[in-house]
Amino acid sequence: MKSIKTISLARREAMAGYAFIIPWIIGFLIFTIGPMLASLYFSFTDYNIVDPPNWVGLDNYIRVFSGIPEFFRTGDTRQLGDPIFWKALQVTIYFASLALPLNLIFSFSLAVLLNQKVPGVNVWRTIYFLPSIISGVAVTLLWIRILNPRMGILNPFLQNVLGINNPPGWLQDPNWAVPALVIMSLWGVGGSMIIYLAGLQGIPTDLYDAAKVDGANAWQRFWNVTFPMMTPVLFYNLVLGMIGTFQYFTEVYVATSGTGGPQRATLFYNLYLYQNAFRYFDMGYASTLAWILFIIVLALTALIFRSSDMWVYYEGQLRGKQ
Amino acid sequence: MKRIADFFGSITGSIKASEFLFKGITTLLLAAGAVVIMIPLAFMVSTSLKDPGQLRSDANTLIPRKPQTAEINGEKFNLYQVTVDGASLEMAMIKKAPGGMAFFADPARPDELIELKLNEQIALYSFDIHWENYPEALNAMPFFRYLGNTLIVTFVGMFGMLFSSSLVAYGFSRFRAPWLNVLFLLLLSTIMLPSQVRLIPIYIFYQKLGWVNTLLPLIVPQFFANAYDVFLLRQFFMTIPLELDDAAKIDGANPLQVLLYIILPQARPALVSVGIFHFLYAWNDFYEPLIFLHTRENWTLAVGLQTFDALYTINTHLIMAVSVLMIFPPILLFFFSQKIFTQGVVFSGVKG
Repeated sequence: MKSIKTISLARREAMAGYAFIIPWIIGFLIFTIGPMLASLYFSFTDYNIVDPPNWVGLDNYIRVFSGIPEFFRTGDTRQLGDPIFWKALQVTIYFASLALPLNLIFSFSLAVLLNQKVPGVNVWRTIYFLPSIISGVAVTLLWIRILNPRMGILNPFLQNVLGINNPPGWLQDPNWAVPALVIMSLWGVGGSMIIYLAGLQGIPTDLYDAAKVDGANAWQRFWNVTFPMMTPVLFYNLVLGMIGTFQYFTEVYVATSGTGGPQRATLFYNLYLYQNAFRYFDMGYASTLAWILFIIVLALTALIFRSSDMWVYYEGQLRGKQ
Repeated sequence: MKRIADFFGSITGSIKASEFLFKGITTLLLAAGAVVIMIPLAFMVSTSLKDPGQLRSDANTLIPRKPQTAEINGEKFNLYQVTVDGASLEMAMIKKAPGGMAFFADPARPDELIELKLNEQIALYSFDIHWENYPEALNAMPFFRYLGNTLIVTFVGMFGMLFSSSLVAYGFSRFRAPWLNVLFLLLLSTIMLPSQVRLIPIYIFYQKLGWVNTLLPLIVPQFFANAYDVFLLRQFFMTIPLELDDAAKIDGANPLQVLLYIILPQARPALVSVGIFHFLYAWNDFYEPLIFLHTRENWTLAVGLQTFDALYTINTHLIMAVSVLMIFPPILLFFFSQKIFTQGVVFSGVKG
């Protein structure tokens, strides 16, 4: 008799638990799993919204991946099934390879500086953090104007103060458009800075005391205590930065009015996907791009997670012992 | 003994000195960086106050200004601080001459012209602040329409998010049920999911419902909870002592009443925090409004401003004025809730 009652109580508790998560379950079915399966299906079709989707098998994927051997043999990008896809991938990886390391260096060293007991430290923290909350259209419109070679303020500074004779045309120069976007992104390093700062403040001070007793100087304390203790946070930011780059959109859309110009120099992956979906209404091909994006993000995440064993230090885990 | 004491004294002294030096250099570096960070914002504000004429002539000064002029015989001439025979005088430039020279004259005696090298004289300026750029900018585009749409999307969406995410977070933090942990992991995994992989079918779905080019696609999904906010709220709910629930249950409260009268009042800081983050997200969001809103009367500020720039990019002063208005609410919010803010970022950043 008693056991039956406990069972029914446990069941009632479980039913209540499920009841409360119903909004998410419905949302998950309608806005996540359903659309994911649908876009997987669309990626095997030719679909322009107006006409019903037309099954084309692997055609979309072949369009992306065909011509690679020919390209390697001849070096001619026209041999590729979709040269623009590879261009977009290249732009995205180029941006990531500049922006991620620079962001990491700047925000981490800023966090180290802002972790010192210097006068006015709260004011400095506020100032450095401020740009990261006002991201988006307004900030990009501002930076277009700062970087403008004729009307902006960056080039006069480079010319008159640093003595650089031919400052680049930034967003108007295919070779400098991506670095210009990198500079823009560095203005917002405060966002990751604050995360590193919290990580630094979470390092137990007795570790530093122990290192001092052992005679470690400031640099040795940084390299042997601070840095290993911070690797989980560095790692986390790296993963999110990679994923963020593949979804980079607003800044480049606003800066180039959605063209990805000049000469496709800023045609980021996500912008190319957007153009296919909402300019050319090639929903089938755009779905293929979305799924390739999904697989790239998954692979990157997995790669960084696996390699993290080698260099990420988690407190309470012995490094030699695995 | 004294020598030993001196020795140690000099060591500690030098440590203090080097520490002082270190702090000094750190502060200088931080201050220099802070100036670099603030210059773009100063440029935005100053450009928003400039006369369009200045944008054409000396766009890249940080100060809204205009040349000082003097009227001679009903005509206006720019004033310069000129040096004549070692004496510094204020003179009007009457006309330019070949070879980088120019003719200057004292406005009181306009007939006595002096020829001087133009680039050795200092042009005089006065502050020229155009507050009227702001009302002009508000009239140049349907600003209040955009603002209204943005506010509807932001606040109705925030309500939906808080409502649904609280329910779901409560379900995940207070109940034992088979598979609940698995479902929670599933929820967390959606944080990493790129939205593009869902976007196209969702767009088509909305189009079939007739929701494209309405605010509904930006609002309705908020009523179905999202992983990020559920996670943050659940973590906070778990810190609320279970004894409080039990006491309420003994008094005959049902689970919904426990949520309403025990959990939510205790979780106010967490609710405020996710609310603020939602505000920032929705206020700044450009991607989804761009995709779902097609005509002017439905645009949010982000899309409206971008489109205005695409059409009238020459009106830099007006665009910067609206940009200032657009970044103002987030900054205000930031200053009023700085602590919640940084804690929230850190919490979601390190543990998310």
